[in-house]
Amino acid sequence: MAEEPLIFARGLVKRFGDFTAVDGIDVSVERGEAFGFLGPNGAGKSSTMRMISCVSPPTAGELRILGMDPVRDGVAIRGRLGVCPQLGNLDTDLSVFENLTTYARYFGLSRAEARRRAGELLEFVQLADRARGKVEPLSGGMKQRLTIARALVNDPEIVLLDEPTTGLDPQARHLLWERLYQLKRQGVTLVLTTHYMDEAEQLCDRLVVMDGGRIVAEGSPRELIGRYSTPEVVELRFAGGADVAVKLDGVGERVDSLPDRVLVYARDGDAVVAEVHRRGLAPLSVLVRRSTLEDVFLHLTGRTLVD
Amino acid sequence: MMTLMVAGRAVRRGLFGGVSAGRVAAVVGRNVGALRSGPAYWLVLLSGFFEPLLYLLSIGVGVGALVGTVPVGGRPVEYAVFVAPAMLAVSAMSGALSETTFNVFFKFKYAKTYDAVLATPVRPVEIVLGELVWALVRCLFYTLLFLVVMVVLGLTSVGGAVAAFPAAALVGLAFGAAGMAISTFLRGWQDFDLLTTGQFTLFLFSGTFSPVHDYPVVFEVVVTLTPLYHGVELVRGLAVGPAGWTLVVHAAYLVVMAVAGLWVASRRIGKLLLV
Repeated sequence: MAEEPLIFARGLVKRFGDFTAVDGIDVSVERGEAFGFLGPNGAGKSSTMRMISCVSPPTAGELRILGMDPVRDGVAIRGRLGVCPQLGNLDTDLSVFENLTTYARYFGLSRAEARRRAGELLEFVQLADRARGKVEPLSGGMKQRLTIARALVNDPEIVLLDEPTTGLDPQARHLLWERLYQLKRQGVTLVLTTHYMDEAEQLCDRLVVMDGGRIVAEGSPRELIGRYSTPEVVELRFAGGADVAVKLDGVGERVDSLPDRVLVYARDGDAVVAEVHRRGLAPLSVLVRRSTLEDVFLHLTGRTLVD
Repeated sequence: MMTLMVAGRAVRRGLFGGVSAGRVAAVVGRNVGALRSGPAYWLVLLSGFFEPLLYLLSIGVGVGALVGTVPVGGRPVEYAVFVAPAMLAVSAMSGALSETTFNVFFKFKYAKTYDAVLATPVRPVEIVLGELVWALVRCLFYTLLFLVVMVVLGLTSVGGAVAAFPAAALVGLAFGAAGMAISTFLRGWQDFDLLTTGQFTLFLFSGTFSPVHDYPVVFEVVVTLTPLYHGVELVRGLAVGPAGWTLVVHAAYLVVMAVAGLWVASRRIGKLLLV
């Protein structure tokens, strides 16, 4: 018999007054998966995450987490989740170590167990040398790692990460990705939101693209790229501007004209570049690259992912 | 008494159904950790003790020398003896209030401490109970010191002090719970001015410095409706006398206030944070 999905939503809706943040989404996350919610700010990702975290009751629709009802069984479900919120809410009155031990106590761990867990987790997120220090002087990346450590203190079955790397420098992001990948290998189910395409491609087995509270596409990163984009994309910049797009008619499979550049979607990027030159066009710059989720997003929502 | 017990049972089942003592203790433990990690908190703690003590010395003892005696239950007592239990009640009130207003408000609104806590199995009512227990610890610390001072200065007997101790705790509990409920309504730091003014008004006119019977009758009625009056009467009745059935009324008032405060605070925290 197939195991029930860890997270199951049908027609899930969240309204705040007149505003509909989440407008009837269907989601199902299996054990051991890394599942992503991709979308711009205001797409409804965080509202969805809060409902899954059992800190926000759904307005309508069905939602089951770990086979339970989040409204009725919130206490039991939250005990098995690890939540890493978008806004840092580490306790600045406590030391780094105490942030973890205190949190562990909320889950009913004994003092000794809490200390043992805290020590292990600080090693895992490479903050062991900061254990006795305060939270405030930590860098953004360190705080985020500490928040992730805190989310792991109860050995959760599902870890929910709301934009885990927003605002971090590239090094900090890569360290974080690496740790999340390790978690995934240990069998922890990861659910994350992001508006970074590379992050979704790096971490997610499967993802949904959200826009305006709805799911506009679903699949693995490769599937989505295959379905909504072409293998390669040529980015062209011209001195003149908008009217160039007309002259590119018929080049590649599809042409997208953005304010600052023109994107040509094609199976073979080099062939596109040759055709552009054959037509006598002289772009300022040419970049042939592989298609990314960004292109998928652009295609689905008709705009770039700039927040 | 019967109604109190029935109400108590309803409260246990309704408000406190499924409450885990361990999780409440974890919320208290968080505050113990914060206390350990810095000296700033100790200073706040000490200042809260000295304020009522200074009032006792300046007004109770100082002005008391000019006033002479005041009748309490038909028996004339030294003015300082009259004022001291009131200052004890005030000390319990402000100890609990400062914990559940300033500190809770900051954690609730700015530090987002409770947002993090609510992502765990801890429920709003457990946060509220934990904070209240902590406020009570602070309040009992003040109360104990103050009672020692009272006994040393000969303002109450040891027996009176022992009897007044739980009464002061009840005052702390009632004001702590009410303070937490109020914190959930405060919009910003500017609202603390209102709170401070309200607290100061209670401090001046709750039968603290003169018997309420000396006030015009309308004023007296108003005062008998306010909480600190009941706190002062209860503590004074036990520390100085006379002990009588009216003390049960004062105690009941404070119990109802504590439960109502708890209920409102739990509801509001749930309503505002779990959206």
